[in-house]
Amino acid sequence: MQYLAPTTVEEAVSALAAHSGDCRLLAGGTDLLVRMRSDMADPDAVIDLKRIDALRQINPEDGGWRVGAAVSGAEMGEHEGLVADWPGVVEATNLIGSTQVQGRCTMAGNLCNASPAADSVPAMVAAGAVARVVGPDGTRVVPVEEIPTGPGTTSLAKGELIDAIILPERGARSSDAYLRFIPRTEMDIAVVGCAVSLTLDEDGTCTAARVSLGAVAPTVLLVPEAADALIGTKVDDTALDALAAACSAAAKPIDDKRGTVDFRVHVAGVLAKRAAKIAKKRAGGAA
Amino acid sequence: MALDDKQQYQTRQFKVVGTRVKRPDGVDKVTGKARFGADMSAPGMLIAHVLRSPHAHARIKSIDTSAAEALPGVHGVVTRADFSEITDDDFTADILDNCMAGDKALYDGHAVAAVAANSVAVAKRALKLIKVDYEVLPHVTDVDAAMEDGAPVLHDGRANETVPEGMSPNVLARYEFGHGDIEAGLAKADRVIERTYKTEATHQGYIEPHACLASMGPDGQADLWCCTQGHYMVRNTCAAIMGMEQGQLRVTASEIGGGFGGKTTVFLEPVALALSRKTSRPVKMVMSRSEVLRATGPTASSSIDVRIGMTKDGQITAAFAELRYQGGAYPGSPVEFGSMSAFAPYDLENVKTVGWDVVTNRPKQAAYRAPGAPMAAYAVESAIDELAKGFGLDPLAVRLKNAAREGTKASYGPTFPAIGLEATLRAAKDHPHWAAPLGENQGRGVACGFWFNFGGDTCVTLNITPDGTVTVSEGNPDIGGSRASMSMMAAEELGIPYEQVRTIVADTGSLGQNEVTDGSRVTFAVGLATIESARAAKREMCKRAAMVWGIEEDAVKWEDGAAHPAGENAGKHPPMTLKEIAAVASNTGGPIAGHHEANPEGAGVSFATHMVDTEVDPETGAVKILRYTVFQDAGKAVHPDYVEGQFQGGAVQGIGWALNEEYIYGDDGILQNAGFLDYRIPVASDLPMIDTVILEIPNPGHPYGVRGVGETSIVPPLAAVANSVSEAAGVRLTQLPMSPPKVLSALHSK
Repeated sequence: MQYLAPTTVEEAVSALAAHSGDCRLLAGGTDLLVRMRSDMADPDAVIDLKRIDALRQINPEDGGWRVGAAVSGAEMGEHEGLVADWPGVVEATNLIGSTQVQGRCTMAGNLCNASPAADSVPAMVAAGAVARVVGPDGTRVVPVEEIPTGPGTTSLAKGELIDAIILPERGARSSDAYLRFIPRTEMDIAVVGCAVSLTLDEDGTCTAARVSLGAVAPTVLLVPEAADALIGTKVDDTALDALAAACSAAAKPIDDKRGTVDFRVHVAGVLAKRAAKIAKKRAGGAA
Repeated sequence: MALDDKQQYQTRQFKVVGTRVKRPDGVDKVTGKARFGADMSAPGMLIAHVLRSPHAHARIKSIDTSAAEALPGVHGVVTRADFSEITDDDFTADILDNCMAGDKALYDGHAVAAVAANSVAVAKRALKLIKVDYEVLPHVTDVDAAMEDGAPVLHDGRANETVPEGMSPNVLARYEFGHGDIEAGLAKADRVIERTYKTEATHQGYIEPHACLASMGPDGQADLWCCTQGHYMVRNTCAAIMGMEQGQLRVTASEIGGGFGGKTTVFLEPVALALSRKTSRPVKMVMSRSEVLRATGPTASSSIDVRIGMTKDGQITAAFAELRYQGGAYPGSPVEFGSMSAFAPYDLENVKTVGWDVVTNRPKQAAYRAPGAPMAAYAVESAIDELAKGFGLDPLAVRLKNAAREGTKASYGPTFPAIGLEATLRAAKDHPHWAAPLGENQGRGVACGFWFNFGGDTCVTLNITPDGTVTVSEGNPDIGGSRASMSMMAAEELGIPYEQVRTIVADTGSLGQNEVTDGSRVTFAVGLATIESARAAKREMCKRAAMVWGIEEDAVKWEDGAAHPAGENAGKHPPMTLKEIAAVASNTGGPIAGHHEANPEGAGVSFATHMVDTEVDPETGAVKILRYTVFQDAGKAVHPDYVEGQFQGGAVQGIGWALNEEYIYGDDGILQNAGFLDYRIPVASDLPMIDTVILEIPNPGHPYGVRGVGETSIVPPLAAVANSVSEAAGVRLTQLPMSPPKVLSALHSK
């Protein structure tokens, strides 16, 4: 197995594009190394992205934030500006794995692993985050919900990598929240995940919202009907019930070892209500 | 000589026993120096990996290993053809068949071949080159389904004479215990309930995967290092499988990262020995977590019918249970222990249990802490709780009313001597936990549990060194603190400080036969042998002092770590300390040692009562453990930290079993959750501090009153948690685990 540690994005892209075999990108490695150790992956080459300085940084961009693809969950959790603007995205990323895993795992890696249960992805989708994709033919910007195409598969072309996730500018009276259901209290994988991002006006009426569900379909879902249930309301009990109903209706889960269809459909609604209440409170709305 | 040689309990003032001394293995374990199974290596060592069946049930028509053997770096491949068949011992033959499949693969993960190579990568590549021609057969993994007419059959003709004609060949044995007349007793009840309960298979979940290093020379002598609960068992089993004399195989136990019963048999060791014999090289094997879950021994899953009658004042008039346990693909599920222990906590006039041992296409079960008892207690304690609450009675009072006590004829036969069940129930009733208020969606559950405890073959040697310190050699891997406990009991008996005694776990060449570290036997049996070894050494030291003083041996007594003249007539001699006697040993007859060999009978039974508060999230079915208290009789707690640890550990494993742990099989018979992500043992943040109350009702059969404590603690929690959750949810659940989807579904069906 070949191990490459480029120091620029260009080098990484050309190595990735040039390799003819099974070539994998290593950011935190918290998925890749586990797969390799459990005989689920046997790559011919691994390209380590952590030596690329630009990928280790969190920088302001257009009023929002550009989070490099190799920034760890722990680094995000310690970034005051990011936490203030996007607490839901940070809390979702900080739920990945354990304290030890947080020192390595990355949001971009979580996205490219393309698990429908990935914790940071619903939060990024609700936030309206975009991925900056660099490839042999240049750079493009793609909404994060368009990156995974199914469990374990992505829309990235040969030679392409994500070098940063860009979170948009966070306006006034706006916030987000992410909740997941797990049978334990940590070290677990979402049976259902839900992220809500919303903006309130001065009266506390919701003027904008995005709602996203994880682990209830082959990819993370953006649920416009759920957002519509909130927009124009004071995010009161009636609106929350409508939100829950929209989320349950949008959920298209399967029965598996982690949960049943009935359970996931119901809990999608429960989590949506709870997440919306948290987001509302964070945005300065009345309880 | 004025020594007390009685092995029975005698009251005494303890100086060392009962204190919380520093554990001798602690520093090495926290600094990473301790050597576990996978830490052993040898010059020229090969690495071996196992090829495992991808089918739940399949006939092995042929195995072609030629391409694997031709791969550069491969030194040897073994299949069942490399082992001699065992025709005179079904027990050992089944162990061999489980280590390496014969004509059939009986479960997903069953070993079919193994490769020894000069690297992990080569070994894994070689496994892919082995061609196995399988004829896939129908399979069955559920215990009730396996008992049905027409169920896929694993073995023909293995049922023993207790099984009536006409049952599925998967039913291998029937057990029955009890006394009195069930129907007559039920007729006297004000209410009779009949319920069926099911529990899923759970794994012991030890953190350390199985690992070993085997080295066999061309002269037929062999050494084996491994992580095990009993290296003497490993020696005897491997010698039988390999056709060796036991004396030619020396086994050394590594430090052990948990066992809980799961390391009381062998999985890798005979395969490593066979590969070493074939390659003339040392061979190391280490399991992955997935292999541990797929191919070692979880405990049985169960299906249990209970019928209990009670009067409206809480008197149980009759109690019946029929227990069906599947123990995987071979005979030996722990249903016999389940049937014996189910009603052991109660003094019953009419009681009967019937147990059925059933095989399915699952891995061969291994012992798991109080094997068979937790599921039986879950069923019985759930039914008693439902009856008590139905009458509006205090569940602790009902249990006290029916509690077994000294003189009770136990449901499984014997009459109990002094036991501690009532003491645990009274302690529970008096504890602040019982009176604490509960909030919305919260419930409190209690349950009792019993375990037999055990003695078994035991050898201990205690040596006095020339500088007057003491070494103790025992033959049981230290899982629950036995090195500390043995050092403490030796120090107590000799009258010297704990720090002057060091206990080691000796290899199989150093002592006679020692039973496995199981049955909560070690602190009792090895402790007894350690005390007797110390007494033998004291007798010898009194003899040496007598020789120095020129008086009769029986004119010398041992007190406070020194030999003293026994009375006025013995003459005025200043005491000789252990150190002084050791210093002159060479001139008074040579080195001084004591040893003791025994199979002690007096292991006292043990009882516990557990109390747990839970909160159920009515919207998701998630269960939170709010508060947990264990009340258990320890006889005498030699080292209270370890005793509390045993109480807490059993409670936590039981909580996992009750809430989220389960073997999940797909329709294809393949294990769906062979990893710690989806096989959910509780993590620290899932749990409150587990409070403990140690009760000490001395065991009459041990010099210091010690009872085993390791297993009883896992017996009550399944039921205690179930009773608590049923109260919190307002609906009774009768299947484990009570995972959130099941609880939510029960809430929705209210």
